[in-house]
Amino acid sequence: MNRRDSLKAIGLGTITAATLLEACKPNNNKLAEDTTEKTSGADPTRLPNEIERDKKLNAEKFFNDHEMATITILADIIIPKDARSGSASDAKVPDFIEFIVKDKPYNQTPMRGGLRWLDLQCLNRYDKTFADSTSAQQMEMVNEIAWPKKAKPEMQQGVSFFNRMRDLTATGFFTTKMGLEDLGYVGNTPNKWEGVPADVLKQYGMEGV
Amino acid sequence: MNDIQIKKSATTYDAVIVGSGAGGGMAGYVLAHAGLKVLMLEAGPFFDPAKDSSQLKWPWESPRRGSSTNTRNFGDFDGAFGGWDLDGEPYTTKDKTEFYWFRSRMLGGRTNHWGRISLRMGPNDFKGHHIDGLTDDWPISYDDVKPFYDKVDRMIGIYGTVENLPNEPDGIYLPPPKPRLNELFIKKGAEKAGVTVIPGRGSVLTQALPDNKDRGACFFCGQCGRSCKVYGDFSSSSCLVIPAMKTGNLKVIANAMVREVLTDQSGKATGVSYINKDDMQEYQVKAGIVILGASAGESARLLLNSKSSNHPNGLANSSGVVGKYLHDSTGSSAGGWLPQLMDRKRYNEDGVGSIHIYGPWTKDNKKLDFPRGYHIEFGGGMEMPGYGFGWGMENLNGSVPGRDGKMKEAGGFGASLKDDYRRFYGTGFGMAGRGMAIARADNYCEIDPEVVDKFGIPVLRFHYKWSDYEIKQAKHMQDTFQSIMHEMGATYGPPDGPENNYGLEAPGRIIHEVGTVRMGDDPKTSALNKWCQAHDCKNLFVVDASPFVQQGDKNATWTILALSMRTAEYIIDQRKKLNV
Repeated sequence: MNRRDSLKAIGLGTITAATLLEACKPNNNKLAEDTTEKTSGADPTRLPNEIERDKKLNAEKFFNDHEMATITILADIIIPKDARSGSASDAKVPDFIEFIVKDKPYNQTPMRGGLRWLDLQCLNRYDKTFADSTSAQQMEMVNEIAWPKKAKPEMQQGVSFFNRMRDLTATGFFTTKMGLEDLGYVGNTPNKWEGVPADVLKQYGMEGV
Repeated sequence: MNDIQIKKSATTYDAVIVGSGAGGGMAGYVLAHAGLKVLMLEAGPFFDPAKDSSQLKWPWESPRRGSSTNTRNFGDFDGAFGGWDLDGEPYTTKDKTEFYWFRSRMLGGRTNHWGRISLRMGPNDFKGHHIDGLTDDWPISYDDVKPFYDKVDRMIGIYGTVENLPNEPDGIYLPPPKPRLNELFIKKGAEKAGVTVIPGRGSVLTQALPDNKDRGACFFCGQCGRSCKVYGDFSSSSCLVIPAMKTGNLKVIANAMVREVLTDQSGKATGVSYINKDDMQEYQVKAGIVILGASAGESARLLLNSKSSNHPNGLANSSGVVGKYLHDSTGSSAGGWLPQLMDRKRYNEDGVGSIHIYGPWTKDNKKLDFPRGYHIEFGGGMEMPGYGFGWGMENLNGSVPGRDGKMKEAGGFGASLKDDYRRFYGTGFGMAGRGMAIARADNYCEIDPEVVDKFGIPVLRFHYKWSDYEIKQAKHMQDTFQSIMHEMGATYGPPDGPENNYGLEAPGRIIHEVGTVRMGDDPKTSALNKWCQAHDCKNLFVVDASPFVQQGDKNATWTILALSMRTAEYIIDQRKKLNV
């Protein structure tokens, strides 16, 4: 079977981004109609215990409203809206972080404790929690913990917390549709790989390698 | 449930095969096509990549963005049902040693998610004793296996190039995928560092496979690890078992966990007993021939658990070698990023999901402080972002000038940080050594006398230690990686050192475990003859990686396929002669 036929076989004969997206959702996949030998229920790619676990995690709530508000402010400070794409909260990064700490519980204490550490710093400085501080105060506080190499020794716990927040925010943002488009990722679609384009080879002097 | 019975099947099959991975799948394929009535028992669910693969899903379709869980060790989209820990199916270790045992419970086993890196073992890998006296020779040579490697190449499809390198036999190849940009940097750097780099060798159909209408050609999504919906790469499920079922001669029972091999008073195998996970009932099936392809761990476990008055040490184990000589490949890795590639042009470079370039072993051990060698697997580029994307930016963005040419403070936030993620995207690369571990009798698995799994089956207990040979090999890998990365002009961290055995992965982590039911000419020192037939039980065969006497640095799957095909053809021949 050649490439064109094989793409037809999975319903990808004529490709647009939209039809591709639809074709690859399990429920719309024409080949997924035969249910006699299903490994599991609605989503054949997953085992029943995996589906059950996700359902359970989604039903739980870890962060309280105040913590979620603080996470949202921090995430948008880390990845704000710019000319190219929206902000972390536009990409629902706070919901991703809520899920991840339930999925990977080793994040729970550093995140909860880090948020509390931040609030205590702000209460001592500004008589307000981080979320209730003014934007100027929030930025002053963030500047104390966002630059690992120049942060004061007594700010190290805050630096660790902010590093974790930065990592989770980046992953949460750049793994969404908005984030992939911002980044310019153009793969995950049927194509023919013919090697590095000629202009790129030339740019890096790799023509002869 | 309190009414447990043993249900005995009235049918007698020509052969029963335990396991549906590379070994079991190939035996089933050959025997079913030859007209034998074959029953295949698989401990996990039925799995057809065409329906059950996560291929082409986007990261946001996983709430954890494709990251791993305890039940999906290589991430949410990976094509493995199973992992290093299975609920209710423990294994143990002995004397504070380490072994990690990866089990995929599904049709096709671990071939649904493997790296498709398809390498022939060389003449010195089969017969290496003369080199340094450290390894036992196989009872067969490369020349005995070559015709089967050739047939596997043609039947399943593999890309690569003819290179005429010593101990790195060439095959019959489809064109290899061209290197990605980062891989050109690797190739250039490696050559300057004195490391040979050649095109990769992988079982992916970079072109349509001649005379095969069931499998599609690769469409370059780079996601072989999820298993391929058009069967564009090799999985035992898609390429062997499902086609064999279409002959009408192979029946598969999924969710069937085999308990033991049954034998009669003469010591011959008569079939197997298993527990059906769907109804939790006990079953027995009869067959003229019993073939184990359950994996190096499970096949040894089955034999050791199949004790009888004729086989008091366990079946096929009068020699006492079953479980011994367990060995996994060595593994150590490194990675970095290329500052030259910041702000690079975007295009689709997903490529194939196996290696585009490959570093075979070419060094002379006489000048080295360890025996035998390793190869290097390379990769890198503009991969689809997933969980972990962007981590550790504070370690990167202070080391290069910003767009304005001025150095930046490391870390940060805001629009400038957001731009850094774009700038660094696609600059990363990695390299991993995979090497030969010397098979030793004191690295073994045995039955734990005290522990059973949830089915009541006694479990394996492992005893495994790396020796100085493997540790020194890992050190050499680390040194080599450093010199390659230096020559590439890359930014990278220091090498792993003695504090963690130079990054040497714990035994089992590379998932190339082999050797537990080894073959040989002498029944006193081996369990199987050169046809993978038990010395002690003529109608019992083992077709997975258990029969390996000594693995080379080459990943095991292509050799499993070739040996299983060879054994299946031998079975057909022996049946004609009425010997089995």
